[in-house]
Amino acid sequence: MSARMAGARTLFFKPAARSSSRPVEPGERWLFGLGMGGIALFLALFVLLPLGALFLRSLYDRDGVFVGLANVVAFLETPTLVRSVVNSLSLSLLTTLITVTLAFLYAFCLTRTQMAGRGLFRLLAQIPLLAPSLLPAIALVYLFGNKGILRGLLMGETIYGPIGIVLGEVFYTFPHAVMILTVALSTSDARLYEAAEALGANAWKRFLTITLPGVRYGLISAVFVVFTLVITDFGVPKVIGGSTNMLATDVYKQVVGLQNFGMGAVVGLVLLLPAVLAFIADWYGQRRQMALLSARSVPFQPRVNPLGDRLAFLFCALVGGLLLGLLAVAGFASIVTFWPYNLTPTLANYDFAQFDAAGWSSYGNSLILAFWTALVGTVVVFTGAWLVERAPGRAAMKGLVRLMAILPLAVPGMVLGLAYIFFFNAPWNPLGGLYHSMAILVLATVAHFYTVSHLTAVTALKQLDAEFEAVSASLKVPVWTTFLRVTVPLCIPAILDIAIYFFVNAMTTVSAVVFLYAPDTKTASVAVLNMDDAGEVAGAAAMAMMIVLTSAGVRALHALLSRALQARTQAWRRR
Amino acid sequence: MIRRTILLGTCALALLAAFAPVTGAGAATRLTVYTALENEQLTPYKKAFEADNPGIEIDWVRDSTGVVTAKLLAEKDNPKADVVWGLAASSLMILDAQGMLMPYQPKGADALKAGFRDAKAPPAWVGMDAWMAAICFNTVEAEKRKLPKPTSWADLLKPEYKGQIVMPNPASSGTGFLAVSGWLQTMGADKAWGYMDALNNNIALYTHSGSKPCKMAASGEYAIGISIEYTGAQQKTKGAPIDVILASEGVGWEMEATAIIKGTRNADAAKALADWAASRKANEQYVNFYQVTAHPGVTKETPNYPKNAEAAMNKVNDFAWAAANRDRILADWEKRYGTKSEPKS
Repeated sequence: MSARMAGARTLFFKPAARSSSRPVEPGERWLFGLGMGGIALFLALFVLLPLGALFLRSLYDRDGVFVGLANVVAFLETPTLVRSVVNSLSLSLLTTLITVTLAFLYAFCLTRTQMAGRGLFRLLAQIPLLAPSLLPAIALVYLFGNKGILRGLLMGETIYGPIGIVLGEVFYTFPHAVMILTVALSTSDARLYEAAEALGANAWKRFLTITLPGVRYGLISAVFVVFTLVITDFGVPKVIGGSTNMLATDVYKQVVGLQNFGMGAVVGLVLLLPAVLAFIADWYGQRRQMALLSARSVPFQPRVNPLGDRLAFLFCALVGGLLLGLLAVAGFASIVTFWPYNLTPTLANYDFAQFDAAGWSSYGNSLILAFWTALVGTVVVFTGAWLVERAPGRAAMKGLVRLMAILPLAVPGMVLGLAYIFFFNAPWNPLGGLYHSMAILVLATVAHFYTVSHLTAVTALKQLDAEFEAVSASLKVPVWTTFLRVTVPLCIPAILDIAIYFFVNAMTTVSAVVFLYAPDTKTASVAVLNMDDAGEVAGAAAMAMMIVLTSAGVRALHALLSRALQARTQAWRRR
Repeated sequence: MIRRTILLGTCALALLAAFAPVTGAGAATRLTVYTALENEQLTPYKKAFEADNPGIEIDWVRDSTGVVTAKLLAEKDNPKADVVWGLAASSLMILDAQGMLMPYQPKGADALKAGFRDAKAPPAWVGMDAWMAAICFNTVEAEKRKLPKPTSWADLLKPEYKGQIVMPNPASSGTGFLAVSGWLQTMGADKAWGYMDALNNNIALYTHSGSKPCKMAASGEYAIGISIEYTGAQQKTKGAPIDVILASEGVGWEMEATAIIKGTRNADAAKALADWAASRKANEQYVNFYQVTAHPGVTKETPNYPKNAEAAMNKVNDFAWAAANRDRILADWEKRYGTKSEPKS
């Protein structure tokens, strides 16, 4: 995910674009209506209705008897579950505080200093995106576990529990916060700083009066994104949580351990609460945010500051080094013969068939899943965003689509997966054929990662003047020609970002697919989970490394491609 | 221009259509088999079966006992599995009580030990082998941490083991459940819960997988893992510095079994698998991993396997009782010790 992608997130807080007022031809109107209906149907089928099925399921007991709110009451009366709420809230808040602080400093160094190696540090910050969240947790076990290399640093505390969860989650959420804040810090108007300087404001005062207010919505956005990511992640607590229970893992325990689907549904619904909060904050922010940039803005150019730049470099080197280090530990774990008693390097752990019946085929499945997710996701999301932004009229429907498009961000993958079981495996559902197919994995993954992609597309579209459509209309060019000939080429960087975002997330996601995979569609990330679960940590680390290598390779390809394309289609962005 | 749009739409539709579930190429019948077998058993079992039954291919869905049971129950109204091969008998009894199994008498099932099949005729399930709770004890860590070697369940309550013991969560792990069910049946409810209360003080972590505690002990993360005897032997053979101990009081055990899911669309292939799974040939596969199999004539020495396993198995072991009381036991267990359990997935 690049800076543009993160910009999408800050868009939670941007005002709606003015809609183009142009005459609409009947054919266009028909097509717009169809497209809009299609997107609404897609989101309804793959987000809203399954969640509805989940909600209904929470009202029934394990034998399918309607019990109303009895499950909710039972939830509130189960001390262990209430304890999980406390754990989830406190650890998520702590992680958010640490991650956002670190990420703000990091992003500030990237955007507001002239330190050396900014390009490299930008890349380093993205390392965690390449791996399933299980990977940092596995690496932390090798570092700080009871036989860990750096065990002494914990001074007798155990890594299995809050410490491990927070460390792992900081690693996992760091890139998301960095991206949002990098974008927020990049969009600043140099004229404000020039004016402030001319008026005699010192650096500290300029920071407090221009920089911070300028990024406050980015900060709020980062806080919500990190908080939601942590509270809904189960990969880290699963591997390293020890006896510290979190809500996301409770869903699994209720469903799998106790076979209590009603209760699992209740816990899943509780996990949706952060989303409601994010919604309210979004709505509130949207009303207050004013556009920071106008057509007359001048991009801010940081000046060289030897001491500051050096400090910034040190800080970024430290943080980036830690990120890289954790990845290196996982790599090390994947090539050790028998940890910790036989450290001879070996590639035997990459012979997955000995740990997992699916062997290498799960890796192949992940590639297929990632490819289709990228393709379908990009087409659906970009077209959908374009319709919402540019199609005339139908304000109510647009509002509904926007709402449904934001919703998935807050739905934990596992909750979505569970909801899919209830919805798609219901005997009355005509779409039941999807269950246990690769298609349902693709659709679940597209739905799960819909929001950020949607917001990225919206951001890119908002940057294009609505005049384009108006001008084409006055030239009597059909709107879809404008879409294919003007809009899509202009948005190529964003479209590539979306595709790559889908691809990498499909490679790394566990939660969205863990309840849905079938024997011949098991993914690499699920294989990591299964192997770790069976205690085959080296095999799990090896498969996780395969995911990292693939994601990194695809990213590199993407970077080359977008550089080439950028040169061709984005010349207009330059100053 | 309109044509191009239509073309584009058609392409999108074609893409979606391409997802329609792919049915296997050729004439091979694909059997969806749900299982809780250990990973390393899947490939040899599948190969051996398919060699004898050309035209049938096995698609495994593998997870720990609790997960597979939950999944089967979740899919009750619309089953996806054709056969369950290698799931705890007590779990199969729950499915049977829900009317989810198709009774079938496999060829040659009469030759199996009497305790290794459902008492009904035709049986709803047929046993394969037995596995039992064993203590994996890391000798290197024990020396470092000055821990004596335990020989009984009672030994595990010693205060020096505090925070050194890992065991599987009975809710998700069949091994965890058989250990708990074994204690309940041999000690009686009150004493057994008292024992588990005391043991809980020494437990560092409840895992979700039955084999993981032994693997954690093997890698020295914890000194003691209550786990599966077979995993212990396997880890020791791999070079782990562990002893595999069968507690002197006798150990809880459970049977792996096979059953056909009612409503399977591949009944003939499913029956072929049920027949094969009860055959001597299949038992010769099982014995590579577990020494106690359903077939009376099949035995084999496994390296590092604990001696006298069959003798150590609890004499009192009522699967029907375990199945009927599973929900209650797990709810009690969760209430008492749930906070220590390792989260999963």
